[in-house]
Amino acid sequence: MKHVLALCLALPLAAFAATPEFALEIKDHRFSPEEVHVPAGTKVKLRVHNQDSTPEEFESHQLNREKVIAPGSTASIFIGPLKPGKYTFVGEFHEDTARGVVIAE
Amino acid sequence: MLGAAIIVFRESLEAALLIGIIAAAARSLPGRNRWLAAGVAAGVAGAFVVAAFTSTIGELADGVGQELLTAGILGLAVVMLAWHNIWMSQHARQMITDARSVVQDVADGKRELSAIALVIALAVLREGAETVLFLYGIASQGETTGQVLAGGALGLGAGALVGAALYMGLLRIPVRWFFSVTAVMVLLIAAGMAGQMARFLIQGDIIPAIASPIWDTSRLIPDGSALGTLLHVLAGYDARPSAMQALFYISALAIIVIGMRLARQRPARLGAA
Repeated sequence: MKHVLALCLALPLAAFAATPEFALEIKDHRFSPEEVHVPAGTKVKLRVHNQDSTPEEFESHQLNREKVIAPGSTASIFIGPLKPGKYTFVGEFHEDTARGVVIAE
Repeated sequence: MLGAAIIVFRESLEAALLIGIIAAAARSLPGRNRWLAAGVAAGVAGAFVVAAFTSTIGELADGVGQELLTAGILGLAVVMLAWHNIWMSQHARQMITDARSVVQDVADGKRELSAIALVIALAVLREGAETVLFLYGIASQGETTGQVLAGGALGLGAGALVGAALYMGLLRIPVRWFFSVTAVMVLLIAAGMAGQMARFLIQGDIIPAIASPIWDTSRLIPDGSALGTLLHVLAGYDARPSAMQALFYISALAIIVIGMRLARQRPARLGAA
C-alpha cells in the first residue's frame, strides 16, 4: 500500500520534470532531420512541424505511434522511455520519401 | 491511383470487418439494415467534419487534442460493444429458438440497434477522417481528382468486399455456435480498442506507459504484415505493446466477460414471461 501511495505521489512529480524536446520538420514530403538522436531511458517529446500544404501522418510501428499532422501545424508526440537502438518512422501518406529514424543512445 | 487504392483499402478494412461482424450478429433484429446504413452515413459525415477541423483539433489541449478525441471515440465504441455483447448474451437463447420473440420488446430492440449504429458510426468516423485527409492530400498535389477518386473507390470496394466475405462466412456457421462465435469476435475487438485507447493516451502523455514494450513479437508477426494487420483489426494485436495497453486490454476483456456471465444468469424479462 505504501508503495502504491509513493508511486501515486511520484508520478505527477515525474511528469513535471522537463521532458526533452526534439524538433522535426516535414518539407516536400521529407523529414528534416532524417536522423533524430534522443537519450535512451527517458521520455522525450517530438515536435513535428508540417511545412507542406498537405496533411501527413507520422507513423512508426517500432515506436508504436501514429498521428495525423495538418498542413502548417506542429504536432507533439511523446515517445519512450526507449532502450538504446534504432527506431524507424515514416510519413504514411508519402511513404516513399518521408522516412526517418530515431536513434536512442 | 494505386497508392490511393492501397491506403483507402487499409483504412476501410477495419470498419468493413467490424460492420461485417456486427451485421451478422444483429441478423435477426428487425430494421437492422436501416440502422446500419444510418451508422455508416453518420460516420461518413463525421469523418468530413473531423478532417476539416484536423488542424483545430490538433492544437487543442496543448497539442494532444487528436489523441484525446481518438481515445474518446475508442472508449465510447468499447462501451457500446460491451453493451451489445451483454445484450446479446441475455437474448441469444431466445434468438436461437425463435427469432421473432426477441422483437416483442420494441424499445429494447431499438436500444440495441442504436448502440450498434453508434459503434459503426464511430468506426467509420475514425478511419474515414484519415482517408479524407489522405485523398485530399494527393488530390492537391498533381494527381487528377478523377484518378484519386477512382483509386479511393477501388480501395473502398476491396475493403467492403472483405467485410462482405466475412459476413457471408459468419452466416454459414450453424445457429448453435453462431452467437458464441460473434460474441468472441466482438469481445476481442472491444478489448483491442481498449488497448488502442491506452496507446493514444500514452502518446499524448496523459497516462504513463508503465513499461514499454512488455514484449516484442515484431520478428514473429510484424505489425505491418498481412497477418499482423488482420490480427490487429480482429483482436487488437500489437507487436510491441506497453504494460498499460495490456492492462486496458485485459481489464476490458474481464469486465465484458463478467457482464455477459451476469446477464446470462439473469435472463431477459421476455424470457421469464
